[in-house]
Amino acid sequence: MESGGIETKIPPGGKKIVVAGNPNVGKSAIFNNLTGLYVDVSNYSGTTLGMACGRYKGDVIIDTPGVYGLTSSSEEERVTRDIILAADLVINVVNSVHINRDLFFTLQLIDLGIPVVVALNMIDEALQEGLKINVALLEKLLGVRVFPTDAVNKHGIDALKKGMYFARPGLVDPAVMEALKKVSQQAGRREALFLLEGDKEIGQRLGLAVGTGRETIFRERRSRANLIAEQVVKEVYKSKSIAARLGNWMLQPLTGLPILALVLWIVYELVGVFLAQFVIDLADNVMVAYYEPAIRFIVGWFIPPESVLNTVLAGQYGVLTLTVTYLIGLLLPLVLGIFLVLSVLEDTGYLPRTAILVDRTMSSLGLNGQAIIPLILGFGCVTMALITTRMLGTERERRISTFLLALGIPCSAQLAIITAVLAGTSQYFMLLYLLFMFVIVVGAGVLLQRFLPGRSSPLLIELPPLRLPGLQNVWKKTWTKSYQFIREAFPIFAGGALMLSLLDAYGILWSLRNLLAPVTVSWLHLPAEVADIFIMGLIRKEFGAAAVLSLQMLPLQNFIVMLTLSLTVPCIASTMVILKERGWREGLFVWAIVYVMAFIIG
Amino acid sequence: MIMIIILDYRGDLVITLDKAKKGQKIKITGIPNEQIRVKAICFGISEGAVVTCREVVPAGPVVVAKDKQEIAIGRSLAKVISVELL
Repeated sequence: MESGGIETKIPPGGKKIVVAGNPNVGKSAIFNNLTGLYVDVSNYSGTTLGMACGRYKGDVIIDTPGVYGLTSSSEEERVTRDIILAADLVINVVNSVHINRDLFFTLQLIDLGIPVVVALNMIDEALQEGLKINVALLEKLLGVRVFPTDAVNKHGIDALKKGMYFARPGLVDPAVMEALKKVSQQAGRREALFLLEGDKEIGQRLGLAVGTGRETIFRERRSRANLIAEQVVKEVYKSKSIAARLGNWMLQPLTGLPILALVLWIVYELVGVFLAQFVIDLADNVMVAYYEPAIRFIVGWFIPPESVLNTVLAGQYGVLTLTVTYLIGLLLPLVLGIFLVLSVLEDTGYLPRTAILVDRTMSSLGLNGQAIIPLILGFGCVTMALITTRMLGTERERRISTFLLALGIPCSAQLAIITAVLAGTSQYFMLLYLLFMFVIVVGAGVLLQRFLPGRSSPLLIELPPLRLPGLQNVWKKTWTKSYQFIREAFPIFAGGALMLSLLDAYGILWSLRNLLAPVTVSWLHLPAEVADIFIMGLIRKEFGAAAVLSLQMLPLQNFIVMLTLSLTVPCIASTMVILKERGWREGLFVWAIVYVMAFIIG
Repeated sequence: MIMIIILDYRGDLVITLDKAKKGQKIKITGIPNEQIRVKAICFGISEGAVVTCREVVPAGPVVVAKDKQEIAIGRSLAKVISVELL
């Protein structure tokens, strides 16, 4: 996921150092260690989709999305290719357990003629798996320096920091070298290899014809990689751990579905019962009983209670009262809980296994199992999940999952409010809500699968090993995301509250309610005040939803508001992402459809 | 129901990956789609690679293992990958 856009200018004389490697080999962990910044680290491929930049001394370090090789067949590969084309040196991160697989990309980097160093990462896991690696021989066969590291535990990082400046071009495949001679007279050395490998985009950019020998080169490179791996890796003993067996149980429906049910139940007990009912009640009581009166008292000291300013600061919708109560008393505990759950799921490697379990079911929605990952991440933040749809194979799948995310997946903040509001009614409505949302998402998927032209790509993914999540990483990730959320939400909440207080104070709210009355009162059978909520929801869904708590309504009315609100597009941020990722025409179309559907279903 | 029958150059019946059973050792002999073939080469399961069938999810994906790698292949793709049982 994107790291919130860390941008750095390259200082004069600074080098561009690119961290590249296969998915799930620890690139982000290496990046974090070198720069001291934090970008997401998870146990599945595709955590880094945007690129993150950081500094190390006078140089710039760039983190890239993981790729198995550069074929320009996906967005991630094109992004990575362009970053590498401009690199001064590349730190190629290799997973010690999967040297055989990873060396393909290493050899491609070497064939490009770029100065390379190899970080032989997760060396601790290779030892556990009973593998012994001859580093000196690997260096000799590749022609570049190799540094064993264990980035998560910060081993070998110091050596890498010094050693990366010894990056040099490695031993290029002689056959490739020969073929390059003809091409590289017209193009640069690096571009020449891509031309040789039939990269049409590069061909167009330079106005040159591309080669047709890609498959031959790739096959040759694959056999070289296999040969090198065979020479340097020795399996000292075989290990078949409990993790491997548990992993297999997760895949079979007979055992996998109960495990899935168990996981969901634990999540529900933690977020839906413990946090939403117990912790929230406690926090809310503290805020309403002590915090708000205290603030009113202090504000009343300086500003006369009847003035507009007092209403704006400490009134019903007050910036210092309502905003803070919602954010700290209501949202923070739940958002923390939801991000905690997601972090644990990400780090264990459970998500890709779920993808396999649900592959067949997802195909009826026109998606393959892999699409379950953005859909689950959507429960954390729809905006981030929308960016993750890039990892899906075809435009069609991205279109379908974008639509489903915009329509039916409530993000952590909404989920927080929804649980809080509906927990106050009865369990029956909570269940009904879940059922409704489920039916709507499945229904929309089935319709899209039927009417959108084209076919979805078949599932072809790698399973990461099951791991016990590291407490430190889980906590850091949970905290970073929750903090980012609160920091982003606070001004919007405060601004919204301010606007609402002002509209209220000058009677504009009243006329807006009347304007929307045909929709709210006659169509959805709700009180006229609900119009406020939809206006607030337009800014940010959970902001609107939070306001529901302050209205006295029947449980059924609560239910209808929640459902309608959940179905509208999440927030301004995700609307922007949809427009950016899907183009403005398709984006606006999706947006409009989602709104119309939300009100009709409501 | 549609049956896909592929014959090799000798006219023998070719077995596809979806027919593999858990625990069997298999050699991958043919992947028809060029783009997937290239991706498979990067993964390390190019034609000629020997893998073990780790898991067959009923009507779902086939999971194969090679060295320490585990790769899941969707049913629709498994149906067109030809293999040789070892």
